[in-house]
Amino acid sequence: MTVSDVKQILNAEYIWGEELESTEIYSACGSDMMSDVLAYVKDQSVLLTGLVNPQVVRTAEMMDMRCIVFVRGKEPDAAIISLAEDRGIVLMKTQLRMFTACGLLYENGLKGGETADV
Amino acid sequence: MSESVKLSFPVLADDFSHAGEASGSLKRTLKKLGIDMEVIRRVSIAVYEGEINMVIHADGGVIDAEISAESIEVWLRDKGPGIKDVELAMQEGYSTARDHIRALGFGAGMGLPNIKKYTDEMSIETEIGVGTTVYLKVNIT
Repeated sequence: MTVSDVKQILNAEYIWGEELESTEIYSACGSDMMSDVLAYVKDQSVLLTGLVNPQVVRTAEMMDMRCIVFVRGKEPDAAIISLAEDRGIVLMKTQLRMFTACGLLYENGLKGGETADV
Repeated sequence: MSESVKLSFPVLADDFSHAGEASGSLKRTLKKLGIDMEVIRRVSIAVYEGEINMVIHADGGVIDAEISAESIEVWLRDKGPGIKDVELAMQEGYSTARDHIRALGFGAGMGLPNIKKYTDEMSIETEIGVGTTVYLKVNIT
């Protein structure tokens, strides 16, 4: 699955990073607790979250994640967008709620990547 | 790398929006040094968790790193309140962080356990009212 597929499946809008739409995504993680995200490393991952602060981008940076999807139509501020741009991490937003967004991606073949631990 | 590289990063007090800058700088430096990506990821996650702790629980501090051909060693030093019960603090899910920290996405009681999980060696020196030093080491070979 690519970043572009994620956008389409979630009926999402790009906030930043449309030019990286062909980036491959192999796994996903949905959480508002960043320490839970940090507990399980996945390969080329997308992060779904309802949390909006710079630590979301920093967490994605530490995990080498490629894309962040803000659920429930959450909007990051200019500082968050500029941080993501600097780190080359795609940002998008969807009106869907967390459960539905995760379910749709799973249904379309994206897995949690539990076996890719460390 | 014939000689070790030493780096030092300040961590500012009460500055949650900038928490993670030191870990990010360290990560980018390690990439430039051509260190294995998996090693970089393990060090970065561990140091990031430690940096968040320094901002949440202490009034910032200093992160020192030493990179040699064999390993990456990091010392996270703060002058915070100290940890009352280290064994308890090492348990997954135990946290003394307040609700406003949880609202920021941290304080789940995973910080120290995550540091241990991603490193080859970890130790904590702490004294109530004086501060805490978290030491961690990730082997390269």
